[in-house]
Amino acid sequence: MSATTLQGISVRRRATDRVARGVTLALTLLALVPLFLVLYYLLKEGLGAFSVHFFTTDPTGRFLGDPGGIRSAIVGTAIIVALATAIAVPLGIGVALYLVEYGRRSFFANTVRYFVDVMTGVPSVMFGLFIYIVLVVAHIGGTFAAWKGSVALALLMLPVVARSSEVVLNLVPNALRESALALGAPRWRVIFRVVLPTALPGLMTGSMLAIARAAGETAPLLFTVAFVNGISTDVGQQMNSLPLQIFNDVGQAQDRLVQRAWGAALTLVLMILFVTLIARLVQRRSGLQP
Amino acid sequence: MEAAAITPTRGSLPRGSGPRFADPLLQGVLAAVAAGVLVLIGFFFVKLIVESQPAFSHTGVVDFVTSNDWVPSRGQYGALPLVFGTLLTSGLALVIGVPVAVASALYITELAPRRVRGPLTLLVELLAAVPSVVYGLWGIFFLAPKLLPAEKWFSSTFHFLPFVAGTVSIPNYFVASLILAIMIVPIVSAISREVMSTVPRDHKEAALALGATRWEMIRMAVLPYSRAGISGAAMLGLGRAIGETIAVTIVIGNAAAIGDNVFSQGYTLAAVIANEFGEAASDPVHRASLIAAGLLLFILTLGVNLVARYFVNRAESAGARRTPVGMAG
Repeated sequence: MSATTLQGISVRRRATDRVARGVTLALTLLALVPLFLVLYYLLKEGLGAFSVHFFTTDPTGRFLGDPGGIRSAIVGTAIIVALATAIAVPLGIGVALYLVEYGRRSFFANTVRYFVDVMTGVPSVMFGLFIYIVLVVAHIGGTFAAWKGSVALALLMLPVVARSSEVVLNLVPNALRESALALGAPRWRVIFRVVLPTALPGLMTGSMLAIARAAGETAPLLFTVAFVNGISTDVGQQMNSLPLQIFNDVGQAQDRLVQRAWGAALTLVLMILFVTLIARLVQRRSGLQP
Repeated sequence: MEAAAITPTRGSLPRGSGPRFADPLLQGVLAAVAAGVLVLIGFFFVKLIVESQPAFSHTGVVDFVTSNDWVPSRGQYGALPLVFGTLLTSGLALVIGVPVAVASALYITELAPRRVRGPLTLLVELLAAVPSVVYGLWGIFFLAPKLLPAEKWFSSTFHFLPFVAGTVSIPNYFVASLILAIMIVPIVSAISREVMSTVPRDHKEAALALGATRWEMIRMAVLPYSRAGISGAAMLGLGRAIGETIAVTIVIGNAAAIGDNVFSQGYTLAAVIANEFGEAASDPVHRASLIAAGLLLFILTLGVNLVARYFVNRAESAGARRTPVGMAG
């Protein structure tokens, strides 16, 4: 190469660059193809199932005639997920508070952090199996019950809530904690009056994303709640839910039931997207952005 | 702490801050909750081992994993077809899904125009918002029938390849792998993006300043730096694929034998648990065998996750340590 003139980028290198960019773009678009196909078929098949009747009646379970709607499934999913949230969110935020405010970089805290991460990778079917063994087979409060499904979902949500909360709590400026401490506030007061209120929007976002993940889970409910047709609001009893309703209808080789499965799937996805959207909006409004 | 040293007149300060034991109490409670996570995982493991004992004493530990006959009606519980199905589908899913996920992560973090990065990230994440059972529904009523002609063509054209020739069924290993690949793309892509964003700016700018094209910069600066993290991300995807249950149950056909080609019906560890636990309720050995299948699944996913997290954490903390230096310089 001469000392005075810079050589341009060779044709071959330029071509490689262009091809590589094209390939990564193509693969990115390829990744999105299934998303659009799934959404397209959900809308196409699911909207056909929607009617007032669909949302206001329970599945009849009859082999012939009117199969009924999905009212009990919607109510059941709402109850089971709400109870799971009530269990998982306080515990998850508690773990995160410990890690950020007390444990910090200690060996114990790092171990907990590591296993919380690992727990996010435990398959959801395992939580179902676990609750099946310790609560259903052991006949604690009867056999299948909605609250047992909630506990299984809560186990699934716990690490998600703990991890996202830890990230948010770490974003709370240390200056805030230090000024409160300097004013003579004890630690617990700093946590409840300064740290938690500051982090609140972020904590809500994390919790709602965990809800969105748990709402669509089928496997943990399969072993713990079991499928029924009728509507119930008693968490000590079996309860219907959207994922189980879909799973059950897919297994039936009847067009009317498959149609109901598409309608239920569209309903479930819309509910999940709604929660996800709210979560993102809350995140956008909060001052603390990762 | 130090506060005590600089308050010579303790009594004169207003003590409206609640009882003295509140602080240690809160710390104790929070520590107990945190410890609860460890206890829970330990308890889980012990419980699985204890409850699967009847299966191992009935079949034998080695036979359970290595014998090739899962026929509950005859009391035969050899989990090899299940282990095989799990490893085949998740391995194939990795081969299909990881290149797509890593390419999308590269495109989003390094190549895409700034305006489209946010929307693209959101769309890839939406793939994770679709529930497993919905993927199953879509897979069996849309994807599997549409793929059938292509699978038949592939099977007869490339019949000389191992494990390809033979009968093609609608639900099969390949459809399950494809659904799994779709399902692991968001997590592999998200973690790869996180890892790639820790690559020091200096390295990238140095490469560009030396005249590298964008792609050369990716090959010289981004990929070497994030290789360990991307491996970790791929392994987390593997863990997901191994444990995925409902979608696989719907599209794999649930035949408890090793299929004779990749387009045969099969079974996986997770699918067998979801599918047979109902009928197993009255048969203690069958139930214990399903729990033993769960134990295998748990050991597989836990092992994969332990290693994967080690890689990812190391990659991310290396990034966290270096970023401030890079910004100062």
